[in-house]
Amino acid sequence: MPGKGVPKCSDRTAPLAQTEGMLRRFGQITVLLALLVVEVPAIVLSVVMLILAVAMGMVFLFPPQARMVRRLAELNRRLMRAWTGIPIEAPYLPKPPPPVPQADGLYRSDRTLYKSPRIPAWNDRWKWLISDPATWRDDLWLLLEPLVKGALLPLFALLPQQGLRLYALWSNLMLGATAASRLAGQVTHLRRTRNLATDSQAAEMRRIERDLHDGTQARLVAIGMTLGAVEQLVDDDPAAAKALLSKAREASSETLTELRRVIRGIHPPVLAERGLADAVRALAMDSPMRVTVEVDLPHRPEPPVEAAAYFAVSELLSNAARHGDARSAVVDISSNGPDLRITVTDDGMGGADPSKGSGLAGIERRLAAFDGVLALNSPPGGPTTVTMVLSKALPDHWAGDLTRLPRHKSIIVGLLWATAWCPTFPQGFVPAIFKIFGIDEKTWFLALHLPEVWQWPVIIGMISLGLTMHVMAIRIPATHNRERWMAEATPTKPWCS
Amino acid sequence: MNRVLIAEDLYLLRDGLVHLLQAHGFTVVGAVESGPELLKGLMELRPDVSIVDVRLPPTFTDEGLQAALAARKSVPGLPILVLSQHVEQLYARELLADGSGGIGYLLKDRVFNAEQFIDAVRRVAAGGTAMDPEVIAKLLASNARHEPLAALTPREREVLEAMAEGRSNAAISQRLYLSESAVAKHTANIFAKLGLAPSDDDNRRVLAVLAYLNSRS
Repeated sequence: MPGKGVPKCSDRTAPLAQTEGMLRRFGQITVLLALLVVEVPAIVLSVVMLILAVAMGMVFLFPPQARMVRRLAELNRRLMRAWTGIPIEAPYLPKPPPPVPQADGLYRSDRTLYKSPRIPAWNDRWKWLISDPATWRDDLWLLLEPLVKGALLPLFALLPQQGLRLYALWSNLMLGATAASRLAGQVTHLRRTRNLATDSQAAEMRRIERDLHDGTQARLVAIGMTLGAVEQLVDDDPAAAKALLSKAREASSETLTELRRVIRGIHPPVLAERGLADAVRALAMDSPMRVTVEVDLPHRPEPPVEAAAYFAVSELLSNAARHGDARSAVVDISSNGPDLRITVTDDGMGGADPSKGSGLAGIERRLAAFDGVLALNSPPGGPTTVTMVLSKALPDHWAGDLTRLPRHKSIIVGLLWATAWCPTFPQGFVPAIFKIFGIDEKTWFLALHLPEVWQWPVIIGMISLGLTMHVMAIRIPATHNRERWMAEATPTKPWCS
Repeated sequence: MNRVLIAEDLYLLRDGLVHLLQAHGFTVVGAVESGPELLKGLMELRPDVSIVDVRLPPTFTDEGLQAALAARKSVPGLPILVLSQHVEQLYARELLADGSGGIGYLLKDRVFNAEQFIDAVRRVAAGGTAMDPEVIAKLLASNARHEPLAALTPREREVLEAMAEGRSNAAISQRLYLSESAVAKHTANIFAKLGLAPSDDDNRRVLAVLAYLNSRS
């Protein structure tokens, strides 16, 4: 409102900005109302399409109808986000993955096999749309749109800002993500990473099996055959037998070398003996490049995390030496709260492309099991930097300040611990025992100075008060830790909604 | 010079080592199977030479190596021959870091060749070194880009490798089919090229070469 008297210099622009904001809000409301021009026909069309789809069996009309409503809902979410700052997350379940052909090249959808992926893909999409509660919430939202907008009309006219806010909250209620939809998203993500992890594990197992089958096993067969020949020759031709024996010994030595290579691929001995830091140092020493290793970890991570990190570094170093023509590299491993962070930088020629090399994809697959992400920065001409973050891969208690309570809470906990004993024991259990055994001594026990009727209720009240204080003293830090942990575990915080 | 302590957790291999060493005139003063027992044995028995497996109970990590390093810290130069299923530069460098002799680090497979194995045990007992060819190859490979080593002739490299394994001039001449004087000439050249002070003492010479390789990269 224009101020009385002479406005101060700094205030001079305020009324102008206020009028401008007002105008903008009115403009926004006009757009919202104008959208009804699209929404009302959409409602009519939706009702017709749904009736046709359900009653007349024209199921093919359902997906376009759902897509149309989704588009309108998404427009609404975007406008509300931009105008009121209330973030409205899309609640939809993740899209079904494209159908994968079987070994015989056919696509399966329930019990039917198809030659082309079109029909199974359509079936999946249909199921996805119809089983998602968000589809029906969207429809309900659209149906109520004219009513809601009409009801809010007076508020829009008088208090446009509050009106817009209320409308955005309504949109959030109808179109926003629910705890269930977020959880469903997380489940899909977990299922995908689990599949990746089991896939890469199975591939590793197959590789090891092949190595043992083609290498070690074959060599042992050869040694056995040689020893059999020695057995036959030893009496008749000791010289030939001796020559064969030395051959067998050589072969056993080669078998051991081979076996060592296989073992290194399964779980490198240094990793088992010394942990990640020394294992990476050993890698660095064996590398043809000059590799500097920096490890800053307070303790050893869990063995699976160590192994994943080790193989990732190993792969990156050998990539750098083989393809990048690098002469030196730096490996940096550190913890950032519960996250394990690994950076590998080399001075090679750069231009690494994850879509071309299978190495990087393999690393990503391996890291996926730990919700690990890989970021590659490799401009042509180098240097190449690969950063990997395995979030929450380290134990919680590593995250230093996770257990620290805020000041007021720790004061309360301290007071509780300091005083809880008083109602529990001297004012609670002890007078109770005195009363049970009829000891006629009152000292300073409050309850025993009261009239007879009040004595037991006060004693029991004191005991419950004391126990409650104890429980609170324990629970406050415990719930704090859990809240902190949960807050950090998932950025989306589904339990807050 | 023939009291031996053996630390190995596999019964068959331990037993085999005891028999092998006894057959070659050694007295086995102890055969232990865990890290703590080994450290106690090393400190109390002070054997002339010990044969130690890297991986031992109770943790099955690098107990044996840690015990060997700890014992050599309090008794510098206590002769120990470390055996392992795999050889690592990292461990080799740790064993060589104190710069005193009487140390060996071999793959377990080397036991197959009894003659060479016993020779290595004797060398370590006498204060020399016995490094596995595989370790030396790795050490040389990671030093390969450095100037002085790149300047060596192939023959000199062979001599250097054999020397780094801990062999005497006589042994090198036998292995490479050279005369001892030729080996002496090669070693003199190597030392000149690497900028090391020449020495007549076999053990000290080997340590100088290993220290040189160890200091790089």
